[in-house]
Amino acid sequence: MNYDVHRIRRDFPILEQRVYNKPLVYLDNGATTQKPLPVIDCIYDYYTKKNSSIHRGVHYLSEQATEDYEAARRTVQSFLHAAQPHEIIFTAGTTSSINGLAFSFGERYVHPGDEILITEMEHHANIVPWQMMCERKAAILKVIPFTDEGVLDMNQFENLITSKTRLISVTHISNALGTVNPVNTIIQKAHTFNIPVLVDGAQSVQHYPVDVQQLDCDFFVFSGHKIYGPTGIGVLFGKEKWLEELPPFQGGGDMVDVVTFQNTTYNALPYKMEAGTPNYIGAIGLACALNYLTATGLENIMHHEQALLTYGTGLLNDLDYITLFGQAKAKSSILSFNILGVHHLDAGMIMDKMGVAVRTGTHCAQPVMQHYGIEGTIRASLAMYNTADELDLLVRAIQKVKTMFA
Amino acid sequence: MKSIQAIQEEIVTEFELYDDWMDKYNYLIELSRDLPLIDTKLKVKENLIHGCQSKVWLNAEFRDGMLNFTADSDAIITKGIISLLIRVLSNKTASDVMHADLWFIDRIGLRENLSPTRSNGLLAMIKQMKLYALAYHTREQQKEGTRDMRLGTSERHN
Repeated sequence: MNYDVHRIRRDFPILEQRVYNKPLVYLDNGATTQKPLPVIDCIYDYYTKKNSSIHRGVHYLSEQATEDYEAARRTVQSFLHAAQPHEIIFTAGTTSSINGLAFSFGERYVHPGDEILITEMEHHANIVPWQMMCERKAAILKVIPFTDEGVLDMNQFENLITSKTRLISVTHISNALGTVNPVNTIIQKAHTFNIPVLVDGAQSVQHYPVDVQQLDCDFFVFSGHKIYGPTGIGVLFGKEKWLEELPPFQGGGDMVDVVTFQNTTYNALPYKMEAGTPNYIGAIGLACALNYLTATGLENIMHHEQALLTYGTGLLNDLDYITLFGQAKAKSSILSFNILGVHHLDAGMIMDKMGVAVRTGTHCAQPVMQHYGIEGTIRASLAMYNTADELDLLVRAIQKVKTMFA
Repeated sequence: MKSIQAIQEEIVTEFELYDDWMDKYNYLIELSRDLPLIDTKLKVKENLIHGCQSKVWLNAEFRDGMLNFTADSDAIITKGIISLLIRVLSNKTASDVMHADLWFIDRIGLRENLSPTRSNGLLAMIKQMKLYALAYHTREQQKEGTRDMRLGTSERHN
């Protein structure tokens, strides 16, 4: 495999630094990823030479910016293999994509007694917006459970589908367990009942090639900052037939056709879903990140990260005082664990001082912790620039923690 | 009784012995054993401090004009930190606790743990201790107020 991780690391200037006089080992990529130089340069360049509000001015800069923004939309379209550019809606991130969709979908299709189906392994962003909508619409939120290995119970899934099910929203990859869910099977099954499916790709697009047409998902969401792009930008993909029917979730700016005080008619897709001045520099920065990934090759990245995951899992399994959460066969990039007799917060604080950045706590997925009856875990999450050496340093940090608290 | 100032100076001197972070944490682990533990019966939801990634139970008692704290946590470093806070703020008047400027946190390098979103909830602990102080202080003042009022009434009767 021709994957030079050391060359890739040179594209990420932040990784070169030392923290507390130790080399930084950044293993909190599930929370956010670092940015490669092309993305940083692109944002710098934009504010230095090109910044101008889009879709407004007739002047040179505004037209350039509008073109770049629409080119960014096409980059996302081709990255997700969506059929149409206007099926790509720019949002502030996964959370805002799901919140917006839950609102619009609820307004259009959900009636008292209807059901929304999610899973037990969702992060809060794919729970709370549906709860809020269900409360508003007197609908019912149902949950597909997972087994102790961290795998969805597919028998239960089939039993939970009823004539009242209006939508299924499921994470592609669990942020707390690393499980890769069988979204293909879920979508196929759901479609036999004409139920649309939202796939939450917050933890998947940066690790796997995604083809929304092949998946045949109705909606797909992800965040820019978790895929080496800027913060505050995200994507809501929706099949044209749904987006055409859905009402906008926000009003203002460019999303209108004609506004009078009596009535407003909406603009065409995708603009009707993008109220206000969009985060165009975020979108353009995201496109830079996607181009960077495409140039590196997502397949290559996937193989590199899978090899690291296997290596890391082996290292942790060798330590008899480690409990690993999430033992699914199909797993990606996440090592969620606890050290016997040590609170995850204590562990995280010591590991931090050794230069190892991990996340501790519930990872915004409290129901997953409730499943295991634990307060939280330590999570090491991998990215394209991590190395086996860094996993050795992770283990050294774990060993240090164990001696300090044992 | 040592003043809040004197105890803070003492702590700073102790931490000056350690220039390495690991030694500082080891010392916090050691200090966690000195924590005046909260009665198990008081380890209830009402005494849990919100805003901590670890569980912290805190109780305050007011005896002979002085505030005394007991606490516990499921995380050791958190226990060490709260044991420092209790060492500084226990056996003090409510007014002293309310107005205490806890500069030692900055000096021993725990300041980074002070930001409101930091998961160990140092800020939440301090806030809770000061809230206890405020509550007792207000109660004391009300008692005094009631006494004054009674005096006033009796004076009128005279």
